[in-house]
This record gives sequence, C-alpha cells and structure tokens, in this order.
Amino acid sequence: MKKLINDPDDVVSEALLGIDAAHPELRVDHAQKVIYRAEPTRRGKVAIVSGGGSGHEPLHGGFVGLGMLDAACAGEVFTSPVPDQILAATQEVDGGAGVLHLVKNYTGDVMNFEMAAEMAAAAADVEVVSVVTDDDVAVQDSLYTAGRRGVGVTVLVEKIAGAAAEEGRDLAEVARVATEVNARGRSMGVALTPCTVPAAGKPGFTLADDEIEIGIGIHGEPGRRRAKLGTAKETAALLVDPILEDMPLDRGTRVIAFLNGLGGTPLIEQYLMYHEVSTLLEGRGIEIARSLVGSYITSLEMAGVTLTLLEVDDAMLSLWDAPVSTPGLRWGV
Amino acid sequence: MTDALSLEQLRAWVDGFAASVKEHREELTELDSAIGDADHGSNMDRGLRAVGEALEAKPPADAAALFTTVGMTLVSKVGGASGPLFGTFFMRVGQALKGVDAVDVAALTAALEAGTEGVVARGKAEAGDKTMYDALAPAVAALREAGAASPGEALAAAASAARAGAEATVPLQARKGRASYLGERSIGHQDPGATSVALLLEAAAAAGGGARAT
Repeated sequence: MKKLINDPDDVVSEALLGIDAAHPELRVDHAQKVIYRAEPTRRGKVAIVSGGGSGHEPLHGGFVGLGMLDAACAGEVFTSPVPDQILAATQEVDGGAGVLHLVKNYTGDVMNFEMAAEMAAAAADVEVVSVVTDDDVAVQDSLYTAGRRGVGVTVLVEKIAGAAAEEGRDLAEVARVATEVNARGRSMGVALTPCTVPAAGKPGFTLADDEIEIGIGIHGEPGRRRAKLGTAKETAALLVDPILEDMPLDRGTRVIAFLNGLGGTPLIEQYLMYHEVSTLLEGRGIEIARSLVGSYITSLEMAGVTLTLLEVDDAMLSLWDAPVSTPGLRWGV
Repeated sequence: MTDALSLEQLRAWVDGFAASVKEHREELTELDSAIGDADHGSNMDRGLRAVGEALEAKPPADAAALFTTVGMTLVSKVGGASGPLFGTFFMRVGQALKGVDAVDVAALTAALEAGTEGVVARGKAEAGDKTMYDALAPAVAALREAGAASPGEALAAAASAARAGAEATVPLQARKGRASYLGERSIGHQDPGATSVALLLEAAAAAGGGARAT
C-alpha cells in the first residue's frame, strides 16, 4: 500500500481536518464527522442530509453548500455512517420544514439511515422523508439481490433536489423531484484497476493487466463479469448499451450525460471516453442537453469510469442550471 | 446456581467474543474481500474495542444493561450493515433479559430468539440467503433442543450448530447485502457475518464452561 496517510485509522478524521481548513464556507463537526454549511438553514427551507462511506470524494461532503446539501455524514472508508451521526445532522439542519435523507441503495447505508429516521421521529420531532437512489443497471433488480446500487445518479439527485429545496419547495415536493430524478437515471461502470481500503492494506480484488471488471460498484466490490480490455470505443459501448437496454430512449430524447472518473483515471481519458459516449448517443438520435465530465463519485484510487444518463425535461434542466456553490460543483453564482 | 450464568461469565462472553474477533480479524476481512468489501474484520474489531471501553467506563449492573450497552455501542461505532445488525441483536438480547434474575438456558434461549428476530426485522433475511441468520437460526434451534442441559452444554451445542451453519453458507448464492451483487460468483465462499456469529457462540460456550466447539 502506497498512500499519503499518517495512520490508516485516522484517514477520515484527518481528511475532515483538511476540508475544514480549505473551506471556510463549510463547518465541520469533527466529533460526529458531519460537514455542514457555515450558515444555519434558512427558516422554512427543506434541509437535505446525505452521507455514506468515505473514499468517494467529492461525494458527499464536497456537495455541501448553496443549491445542494445542507449536511453530509462521513462514514469510515467504504462503510456507511452510523445512526448517531445522521440523527445529529438531521436535528442540526432542520429549519422547520423537514429534512430529506438522500441514501444510496447499499444495505448498510439504508439500515443506518433507517435507524436514524426512526430515532428522529421518536425523539426529535423532525419530519424526515428518505429517498433511496438505485440507478446501477449492472445489478439485476430482483428478489435475489439487495437491489440496484445507488451510484452516479446520486450526484445529479443532490444537485437537482438541492435546487428545488433552495427555491423553497416543500418536503413532499423536494422528495418527489429526487424520486423522479432517480427513476429517470441509469448508470453503468467499468474498472481497470482495484483500489485499496487503507485499513485493509491491500486491494479488495485483483485484475490482470489486460483485464477489466464490467459492472463495478463504487466500493471496489467486484462487478458481474470480467473481460479483456478493449479500445475506448469498445468500452464506451459496454457502458451505453446496457443503460439503453434497461431504459430505451426514443430519438430526440434529451439527457444529461455524466461521465465520471472513479479516482485513478485522468481527465484526458475521461474526455476521450466522453467523446466515444457522445458519438454513440448521437448515433442513436439522443440529444445531450447538458454534460458533466470529471471525478465526482470516486472509489479511492480505482481506475475506471462510470456513465450516468438522466432523461430530462425543461423543469429538471432549469433546476440543473440553478446556481450552485459547493467545493465540488459551482456555477451560476 | 450452576444452572445459570453469572454476570461475570456473561461479561467474559463479551470479552471473549471481542478477543476472538481481534484474533480472527484478518480471516474475517479475507472472507469479506471475497464476496463483500473487505471491511468486516476491521469494523467488528473497531466496534468491539469500543464496547470494551464502554463497559470499562460504566460497568453494567446486570445482564440486561450489559447487552444493551454492547448493542448500542455497536450501532454507534460500527456502521455498514454489521453495525445495525449485530447492534440490534444485542439490544434485543438486553431487552429480553430485563428483570431476569437467573440467566439459565431458558432465559438464554428466549433472549437469543429475541435477538435473532431483531436481526430478521432489520435485515429482512431468510434462511439460505447466505447471511448471519444462517448461523444464528441453527444456534437458537440447538439451544431450544438442549432443554434441561447445563448452560455450558447448551451453549456448546449452539456453538457447534452456529459453526456448522456458517460452514453451510459456502455453497449458497447470496441474496442479501453486497455479496448478492456477485450472483453465482458468491458461491464457494463462507459468509463473513455468519462466521462472526460462530465466533460469538464459541465465545459463549467457552465462557459458559462448555467445551470449545472447534
């Protein structure tokens, strides 16, 4: 393991010290490991709390700020946060209009957020609605799996639902927007290399030099099958085809195309892949209304990319275009 | 009072479980890296270390307080799926032992049944899903069948059943948790959560004076 760390046990707490130091517009509760906006929630604004295991930066802490999240709870690396953290964040950011929990569909995240929501209802008298993201088409959604994983669409949900909350919409409406974004978004990923959880000290799985893992999850958990590494053009088809098989899009459909780096893939390759993906989409008559290219939901130093396609209408686009000011995404301000 | 476990023995059970997880930390992580995300050993070890600190800071007055503290600490410290599942298990065990004077085989059986029900309610697992339930359910059944045996003998039988249950997860295809994403590729690996349950019951058998099962 070759990492810029002091002690594997201190990785999350020391990274939070850095976030605190780098971003005066944020406030970090180091005891609870929660990142907040420096300003308290505007009275009457729905607050949005997300969180998850660390190692996916900038998700979620890097999306705290105007137009996105009000708080992000940081778990240990690749381990969901605990109910105490989520409850503390929920009570802290409630501005009287209720709190939306945005949760990626992973067994641990769902259980811990569920326990926190039960505690908030019982002890804190805060209205909580949860929306679970599950956009990963690599997973068969059946009785025999934990269901689709929540991956790339989570970034888009945080942005779009965040804009709806900022506009002053009520909790039911913000939750409806989040649910709709999740329902219209699909993702697929591919890994070229594994990644190493600091506490484990070695890679979670191994891949030969010429091998890729198709349908990778964002925690280094293996995907569904392996294949030989092909060209970027061939790899782009491995991402686009399963998404469009799962969610057929008519010619003329408008989408947000989000090409995401998993941490170890340089931007030059991400743009090269974006070109291949956009060419494939144009070939099918799909109109890319907006794009996002970069490493926004990562898996430590894993090399690879994920593609998320979100079918959008004017209403969703106007929320996408609304001002946002966070360490990870910033425009219109 | 040979047919009931003392508070010291119950505490030794918890301490023994913590020591056993620490000892098998790498093995648990290894099992988890095969079908999960390689953190089960380190997370359980971290949580049980916190349990030890909590019990030192405020020694529990009775069995109910002991297991409630264990459960709440695991929920607060572990995260992932293991935190809520093992945490809920111990909290339910603690609740079931509230007001119980003698922790005999009947009380233990009722408490572990309650704990197991809590795990099912939280995780919605069924038999054969390749989860910790596949070790817990046979352990509880063995306790129930042990009837009039001493706690040590009953727990030894439960430990054997839990170990066999954990080993029987090897040929199963996972239907819950991250392992389920692997589909058929999850076959051939032992479930880490079920393995931790085997360690838990083996620690109970050791603390209860029964023979260690492995």
